[in-house]
Amino acid sequence: MRRCRLTLTGMALAVPSMLGTACADDANTDKAVLAVFAASSLTDAFVEIGEAFAVQHPDVRIVFNFAGSGELVTQITQGAPADVFASADDSNMSRLIDAAEIAGDPRVIARNTFQIIVEPGNPLGIANLADLADPELLVVLCADTVPCGQGARTVLSNAGVVVTPKSLEDKVKGVVTKVTTGEADAGIVFVTDVIAAGDDATGVEIPADVNALSNYPIVETKAASNAEAAQAFIEFVASDEGQAILASYGFLAP
Amino acid sequence: MSNDRRTRSALPVPALVLAIIAVSFFALPLIGLLWRAPWSRAADYISDDASLTALKLSLICSLWATALSVLFGVPLAWLLARVQFPGRGAVRALCTLSMVLPPVVGGVALFFALGRRGIVGQYLDRWFDLRLPFTTAGVVLAQTFVAMPFLVVTVEAALRQLDGRLEDASRTLGASPWYTFRRVTLPAIRPALIAGAVLSWARALGEFGATITFAGNFPGTTQTMPIAVYLSLETNPEKAIVLALVLIAVSFAVLIGLRDRWLGGGGERGTSRVTS
Repeated sequence: MRRCRLTLTGMALAVPSMLGTACADDANTDKAVLAVFAASSLTDAFVEIGEAFAVQHPDVRIVFNFAGSGELVTQITQGAPADVFASADDSNMSRLIDAAEIAGDPRVIARNTFQIIVEPGNPLGIANLADLADPELLVVLCADTVPCGQGARTVLSNAGVVVTPKSLEDKVKGVVTKVTTGEADAGIVFVTDVIAAGDDATGVEIPADVNALSNYPIVETKAASNAEAAQAFIEFVASDEGQAILASYGFLAP
Repeated sequence: MSNDRRTRSALPVPALVLAIIAVSFFALPLIGLLWRAPWSRAADYISDDASLTALKLSLICSLWATALSVLFGVPLAWLLARVQFPGRGAVRALCTLSMVLPPVVGGVALFFALGRRGIVGQYLDRWFDLRLPFTTAGVVLAQTFVAMPFLVVTVEAALRQLDGRLEDASRTLGASPWYTFRRVTLPAIRPALIAGAVLSWARALGEFGATITFAGNFPGTTQTMPIAVYLSLETNPEKAIVLALVLIAVSFAVLIGLRDRWLGGGGERGTSRVTS
């Protein structure tokens, strides 16, 4: 019941629908609630991990809040009730560390690399990063303010390619949408985003020597109301079972 | 002065309390922004080239969107208010759909209509080499899409309340429908027209979701103030607050200025009518 009230205050800051359901069920179960705030690129993988975790820990009920890493940090520092935070890059984790909102040390649970995302079947025959410099091509990238933007910038400078993007998207899904709807010819996104797009997009490999790596650190928050469950969840994500699920969505091992 | 006092005593206390709560509800977030604003660095953030570019683009695009809303919205409001035709309710709902649609969805829908692969957009691309996404015209379009209903709703309501006999008289005196519309109908609905235009403009100025989805974000071409504010929020919250305050200041100046100039202090006239 106490938890329910906490959840309600959090609703103003966090995704309402996801946290909202926590209260409805609390009335007839005594399960401890574990609030996991995770980067949106982890959505599919974490939902599956959550289901597997629930089998081993029937006494814990996970409530996820998926959003951009930067947004989640803002929510947590403003008092949203998070027990675990998983970021899509180190710099957003640093922001939470600087705000002194974490308990223990962050642990890297996965890595992600980049691919060129193009329309299904690659009709324009884009083969490498140098092709993106073609001024006729409609290229969209992420803005520097988000992890995928910094990654794209690193990748392009490693390859010595200068691209004039038509748009700098505020989130990686913005790039994906523009390519899957056919508005843009190509973009640079995480490998996992290409996989998540399924049949709506095709990925073009970026060679490892110019590619960038993004870390996904996870940590228990200082304000965690359920430290034990938080630790158990982090352990589970790092376990072979958790790692296998992450790998199936295209994440690389840490 | 005496007018004011009488108005105050006439207002029931519960209504006054609720009204004060409503004022605080709107004032507190603004005070919050002012409280957190980094005043010592504000000038640097404002005079930043990128900020000025975004502000200029925002003003230009929102004014274009307002002009288009008036140009197409007034005839639309007239059609909805005056012409009986089957399915009028459905047409009205359709034309105000973007008020309730999440703007990001509106942006995606615009893709499907006017994008490079859209129902109409593919022909614009093929026949005229015209592409709207990622252009300033795309920003204007996205803003018009979400802003026009505010004008339509306001003007339609005014047209419905208008005494139709005035127009009938004009026409029986031999005026053409166009002359009547210009010289009788338009002046009569002027306050509603201005209020609707201001509402549309305000909505266009603050537009974010449909713009970033349909037109994208590129400094100088499609990066408007709300997008600049949103992007700064993640990396430089201080700058975001300053930019947001600039946007608020501009809207305030225009809204207050317009009210005094065009509506002739309509609020005060309203109160004296209540008390007399």
